[in-house]
Amino acid sequence: MRTFGRLLGIVLPAWRWMLVSVFLGACTVAANIGLMTTAAYLIASAALHPPLGTLFVPITGVRFFGISRGVFRYGERLVTHNTTFRILARLRVWFYERLERLAPARLQGYRSGDLLSRMISDIETLEHFYVRVLAPPLVAVLILLGAFFLLRHFVGTGPAVGILLFWGGAGILVPWLVERWARKPGQQWIRRRGDLSAHLVDGIQGMPDLLAFGAHHRKAKTLDHLSRRLIADQTRLSAITGFASAAMLAATHLAVIAVLVWAIPQVARGELAGVLLPVVALLVLTSFEAVMPLPEAFQFLGKSLEAARRLFRVVDTPVPVQDPPASATPRDFSVDIQDLWFRYDPVEPWVLRGVDLHLREGERVLLMGPSGAGKTTLVALLLRFWDYERGSLRLGGHELKAYRADDVRRWIAVLDQKPYLFNTTIRENLLLARPEATQEEIEQACRVAQIHDFIQSLPEGYDTYVGEGGVRLSGGQAQRIAIARAVLRGAPIWILDEPTEGLDALTEQALLQTLEQALEGRTVLIISHRPLALRRLDRVLWMENGRLEEVPLRRRERF
Amino acid sequence: MRKARGATAPLAVTVGLGFASGLLLILQAGWLARVLDRVFLQGQALGEVANLLWGIAGLVALRALLAWLSEIFAFQAAARVKHDLRTALYRHLLRLGPAYVASERTGAVTTTAVEHVEAVEAFFARYLPQLALAALVPLAILAFVFPLDPASGVILLVTAPLMPFFMVLIGAWAERLTARQWRELSRMGGHFLDVLQGLTTLKIFGRSRAYVEVIREVTDRFRDTTLGVLRVAFLSALTLELLATISTALVAVGVGLRLLYGHLPFYEAFFVLLLAPEFYQPLRNLGTQFHAAMGAAEAARHIFEILETPAPSRPGPRVAVPETRPFALELRNLTFRYRPRDPPVLENLSLDLAPGERVAVVGPSGAGKTTLFRLILGFYQPTEGEILAQGRPIQRMDPEAWRRLIAWVPQRPYLFYGTVWENLRLASPEASDEEILQACQRAQAHDFIEQLPQGYDTLIGERGVRLSGGQAQRLALARALLRDAPLVLLDEPTAHLDRATEERIQETLERWTRGRTTLVIAHRLRTIRWVDRVVVLENGRLVEQGPPEVLLRKGGAFAELLAAYGGYLP
Repeated sequence: MRTFGRLLGIVLPAWRWMLVSVFLGACTVAANIGLMTTAAYLIASAALHPPLGTLFVPITGVRFFGISRGVFRYGERLVTHNTTFRILARLRVWFYERLERLAPARLQGYRSGDLLSRMISDIETLEHFYVRVLAPPLVAVLILLGAFFLLRHFVGTGPAVGILLFWGGAGILVPWLVERWARKPGQQWIRRRGDLSAHLVDGIQGMPDLLAFGAHHRKAKTLDHLSRRLIADQTRLSAITGFASAAMLAATHLAVIAVLVWAIPQVARGELAGVLLPVVALLVLTSFEAVMPLPEAFQFLGKSLEAARRLFRVVDTPVPVQDPPASATPRDFSVDIQDLWFRYDPVEPWVLRGVDLHLREGERVLLMGPSGAGKTTLVALLLRFWDYERGSLRLGGHELKAYRADDVRRWIAVLDQKPYLFNTTIRENLLLARPEATQEEIEQACRVAQIHDFIQSLPEGYDTYVGEGGVRLSGGQAQRIAIARAVLRGAPIWILDEPTEGLDALTEQALLQTLEQALEGRTVLIISHRPLALRRLDRVLWMENGRLEEVPLRRRERF
Repeated sequence: MRKARGATAPLAVTVGLGFASGLLLILQAGWLARVLDRVFLQGQALGEVANLLWGIAGLVALRALLAWLSEIFAFQAAARVKHDLRTALYRHLLRLGPAYVASERTGAVTTTAVEHVEAVEAFFARYLPQLALAALVPLAILAFVFPLDPASGVILLVTAPLMPFFMVLIGAWAERLTARQWRELSRMGGHFLDVLQGLTTLKIFGRSRAYVEVIREVTDRFRDTTLGVLRVAFLSALTLELLATISTALVAVGVGLRLLYGHLPFYEAFFVLLLAPEFYQPLRNLGTQFHAAMGAAEAARHIFEILETPAPSRPGPRVAVPETRPFALELRNLTFRYRPRDPPVLENLSLDLAPGERVAVVGPSGAGKTTLFRLILGFYQPTEGEILAQGRPIQRMDPEAWRRLIAWVPQRPYLFYGTVWENLRLASPEASDEEILQACQRAQAHDFIEQLPQGYDTLIGERGVRLSGGQAQRLALARALLRDAPLVLLDEPTAHLDRATEERIQETLERWTRGRTTLVIAHRLRTIRWVDRVVVLENGRLVEQGPPEVLLRKGGAFAELLAAYGGYLP
């Protein structure tokens, strides 16, 4: 219920459009009811052979409803789509704003594309929350209220309440039952479907490995088996959905029989005009159009709430870093770390266990160590993605906590293993570092990164699209663009986090030569699990198990 | 849709049930009109029409049962088609091999196998039966209406073909417009994903908050353009709705007037009124399924694109795989292009490996080293030249038997969703736990596996615990060690590892490869101290070869590569 309330809070600002859309939706259904009841009235009246003039009103009514239904439908669909798009925009902005505050610290578990896409599909589910969940019951309420009072007027309160029970049975009881019965097989089906697609993905993406080891026949058999199991699940589910449509159909027509059973004696007693009997029958029959979409709405409500719960769980994690109101002014760009302890969670083991590190301004230090030693964590702390728990981390003489995170990141540039390039032009990717940079400055930075000539050689130069995740560039080129970005940023401190990993020797060497220039006069911390061929290194440090120790320079070949 | 043969029977049953339900519906309408006629005009009491009312209730129960059954059969049909498509697709992909999957972007193929196959359901479970019913039920209704009131029959008969006509005419055109908008929407979704994935980068550059505006702008712009298009696209909905309701209105007014003038009795008139909307209902249902059907057709197109790609054929009579262990491997004038117009990745490459010889392949990235392995594994066929094992062309061997002779450690091993045990048993399902533990110890994998939450029973792969590149590679090495193969292909077996682990693994490799014909690709030059010969590739050509010490002294391409590593070489 809380989830529902919060979800409502997010979509509700579009309430004006929702109202219009619900109104038009109700008009569409009402037009059909109007068409069939006035037609019934017309025919029943005509059977009594009155003068033609008396039929003028029903004839006009029939024609009016016949035309208006299409018009209402058209308007309803337009307005509904408009509403959906408005909700879509709100949802995305809402989610992004919250995620932005948490990134990247709290999202480490979610970093893989897989989980991100799941969040995206959750958001897409919620984008249809209004159309599929909110709108149908609202339309149904409007229509059924109207139909209820009409019925009460014609055949009295008792029978009207009776029909209300049929509506409730078809619109609430049946969906509720179906939901209860389908819950377990449904979950099993979703699990099996997930298994099957995981195995399919494995079977396709891991095909070289499967073929090389002759394991592909076994994989095909597993897939066959899983697929069969899935069909069995689906058959069970289809029996339940089939029950739902059967029950809806039965409820609709039994309601018609019921209202006749109530109304026929009234006609015999003269309480109800005979002309109205067909009208009442068709009123009940056509009113069920408003009930029909309810089971689906019910189903979708479950899905939406699940999606919302998952998203809320993500956005509700506490913000990892609290900014001070204003930043202190750093005296210089030295880094001083003393007895720094850190763990990601109080229940997890320490990742940093008393790190001491002093970086003088302009110093160039290599930090080595096996993977999992805490090197990347140290970088995350320096960038103020996390707050540290024990010890002190000073930048320019002040604790890092005395600075706003944005400022810290202005002073520290990071080059990591895989720079993220957005699926847009090279220029846009560069401007990220300094939106106001001129073409001149951009080119200057690219010359330092020795990528300018390459960019110029592209048919579209700086306006070349880099593709999804920068696929159109090689690893070395992407890394150079990242260097140009860092140069453009003009940060006094640079952190290089294994910037040449995955590159071949020649590319690596060329890149390091380029870096040599770009790093001139900056405070530099280089992180690597192996030595790098940089000409100037002031110190080499070794990190293992969350602790740092200095390695005498002459012994560094050992690593 | 030829793959749908297995579904014919359940589909026919579905249609049969739907049609029977349609006939019962006509009967039900007739009895309802009869009840109203008797009560309203003949003044009969409830007791006198009770039989008819019970009859209607019986019809309703019967129709409900039919609806239930038809749902079950429709899903059966769809499920069977999906199963057949899925298995056929996967088996065909296996025949097409990694060459096809890689060139078609794995992601797209995966989407087809997983999602597009699911999307076909709407076509078989909903659209196809509805299509048959849209033809059958209106015809049956016409057969009843014509004898009763020919004028109404004519109205129905004339308007009926207009509906599919408009549906196809406006529908297809509107569908194209909407399809474009949906593509636009998915592109916008892609943009959103891009922003989320790059959030860390945005944050580092202090631009993340500014992106709120970008997202708002992009979605607003999308809404404006889309609504413009939809205004037109929804005209099809308007037309269909109008046709159905206006002609119902026409029928109603027509029979009303004929009734007034005494040309038509009430019972017939009301019966026709009841049937008129039911006449259009199947056609309108077809309209609502149209969108899903279009989506399914699009999905089916993707599926058949794959199924219709011919599998590469193997020329000439089969030859047996080499029997001697180890055997000689000879690459003769190999040239290879990924696509006909591309520059060659390998060009006229010839190389002889004596039985049991161990050769390192080095060279800058893009030199063709990994491609060479793919050719030897038979994933790709050489454009020109051939690969001989013990003098016999491998292209003519049974690929499975050939690959059984190879132990391969790929550059980026794929970890399957399953336990560590299962991943290790990939190569040799019958390996004992003992053997596996031993292989893991030799591959320096045992210690980190023990530290996983459930040790060897830990689920790894996409949905399980994630392993680092170095850990995955050690698992792949253990997997290869379990295979007692005479030909060993190692693709950078110790990348991503720290020095100490690397040393230990090199020792293992040195011992294991003795007496096996071995090719090892290396970026780290210190990792190949134990090879007999180094081959330097550059741009797909062999530029230099010889024992490592000789090449070092010679000062050619190999020495240059070494220089790239400064003073950090062995």
